[in-house]
Amino acid sequence: MASSPSRRNFIRKTAALTGGAFAAAGAARAAPLPVPSTNREPGRIIDEAAYGMPSKFEGHVKRRRTDVLKNRQNLSDWSMTPLQHQPGIITPNGLVYERHHAGTPDIDPKAHRLVIHGLVKQPLEFSMDDLHRYPSVSRFYFLECSGNGLTDWLKPASTTVQQTHGLLSGALWTGVPVSTLLDEAGIDPRGKWALLEGADASAHTRSVPMEKMLDDALIVYAMNGEALRPENGYPLRALLPGWEGNISVKWLRRIKVGEQPWHFRSETARYTDPMPEGKWRQFSMVMECKSVITSPSGGQQLKGPGFYEVTGLAWSGAGKVRAVDVSVDGGKTWREAKLEEPIMDKCLTRFKVGWNWDGSPAVLMSRAVDSNGYVQPSVQEIQKKRAIVGFVQHHNAIQPWSVNAQGEVRNVIGQA
Amino acid sequence: MSSARRRSVLLTVVAAASLAACANLGGGVGMAAKSSTGIPLGASGPHEVQPLPDKPRFGKPVSEADIAAWNIDIRTPDGAGLPQGRGSVAQGREVYAAKCVACHGADAKGGSVYGTMVGGIGSFKGSPRVLTPGSMYPYAPILFDYIRRSMPMDRPQTLSADEVYAVSAYILNLNGLVPADAVMDAQSLPKVQMPNRDGFLIDDRPDTQAARCMANCK
Repeated sequence: MASSPSRRNFIRKTAALTGGAFAAAGAARAAPLPVPSTNREPGRIIDEAAYGMPSKFEGHVKRRRTDVLKNRQNLSDWSMTPLQHQPGIITPNGLVYERHHAGTPDIDPKAHRLVIHGLVKQPLEFSMDDLHRYPSVSRFYFLECSGNGLTDWLKPASTTVQQTHGLLSGALWTGVPVSTLLDEAGIDPRGKWALLEGADASAHTRSVPMEKMLDDALIVYAMNGEALRPENGYPLRALLPGWEGNISVKWLRRIKVGEQPWHFRSETARYTDPMPEGKWRQFSMVMECKSVITSPSGGQQLKGPGFYEVTGLAWSGAGKVRAVDVSVDGGKTWREAKLEEPIMDKCLTRFKVGWNWDGSPAVLMSRAVDSNGYVQPSVQEIQKKRAIVGFVQHHNAIQPWSVNAQGEVRNVIGQA
Repeated sequence: MSSARRRSVLLTVVAAASLAACANLGGGVGMAAKSSTGIPLGASGPHEVQPLPDKPRFGKPVSEADIAAWNIDIRTPDGAGLPQGRGSVAQGREVYAAKCVACHGADAKGGSVYGTMVGGIGSFKGSPRVLTPGSMYPYAPILFDYIRRSMPMDRPQTLSADEVYAVSAYILNLNGLVPADAVMDAQSLPKVQMPNRDGFLIDDRPDTQAARCMANCK
């Protein structure tokens, strides 16, 4: 690993810490450790049948709506994953971010149908039972909303990484390749695009190039080892790996093959990116390479100088994460972090690097490089190419967190 | 031919098309394959799947007539899929007052739930850009498609085709894009010239070329 110097530092530091512990042996506590009461009374019995829930002491780990914008309704709205509390690369189902355009429907799987029609030889209808009969595939992919970070471009508005980057989750998705079903229906050679349509109250719809549909797109009915949650598309959704979240249409009811894109509101007036000269970039599907430090991160408090593990997430919709560099001096110098296995295509990757904080002010940043050699840009580099005005999508810039002498960690996007 | 073999043939064709696209475009750092219509596709695969049984499989044949009520999409550049029916600006004003004004406000200038749907034409070269159907939609049939599938928010897919045409006419009139006596139908709606018709460019990312500087960076 290229990070062997930091590994040696880590071993040296661990040895030093261990020595310190031995040196302190014999130092008396104010009072001896008491035997916990849980050692002296039985715990709760196993319920006859139950769905397990997190400890009551973890109640603060929740999805939250944006703290920055006050939406006037909560049907077309979003909630964010608490990335600062997520170890590893998998987001528990109850914490996977939400973005709906007209609320969460409760769909009876017995009544749900998927239809494939348009430019196909034989239009087909599938029940959920039908779809479960196909050989399944399970794959790890990240899912990120194109609007992730849109409140924090040129100056900080959000406090925590949940608020700056929480429209991001990682999961194991299980379902059937779209290509399997399209092959069965028989695609007319004129069919270059397909629309995906939801059974929700917005009937959310997007146009997808046929190449993506036949490559790695999935029809998904399960995530992380159980059926989809209602807010994530139960009983059926599309999953287009590496592409902006809203194109992975939830509550999927219809696929129609056509010759051209439909240019729906959701791909013209929304989910397009402001560009110079009053223009808009359209069909920007790929979520480009990005990373963020989740600890230490905004709103957290360091407990004095000493060793900290700087860790975070990196991902690319265009391939694998090849490397992540971390800076603690606001981007003047960088060192390569250790990437934790597994490192998978279009999936969250965990990075870690040891940091001995000397107690002076610092600015922490991470910068990811993907398997194409694409290097995560700064806001300033993006600003040279795009117009940063209004709700700007596809924010994949480097996120700086400042640490002051008191150990308070703050969002300093656009300032560092 | 077995289904597994069919699949591998299909994927070979896709891969070949992707490679051809790369070759045509010259490649470069971060350059990924593009669709036949120029959309960057990102990374390909994985593709490993289990062999499938030969047909018949598990889909049930269905006719277009069976799914007519679901077939609500409009191909907005040319209006393909627009149904029969018609509605005037005046009729649209009445429908709006009954079913839209509570959220969108008087004259569609913004209400309790949603901001303005009027104006903004010419605002995109400054800040803020004011996004309304008038300023933003490149094609007028987007109004029909979106209103029918998603509106009113509390009762979507309940308006008649006549009502959707009428509300579309009313919103277009408020934006100065059709006269007060306009009537919208499957022929007239696609002909309305929208000011943002040429406001879009296809994804041309990656657009940044950041360097991986390690020391003395700034």
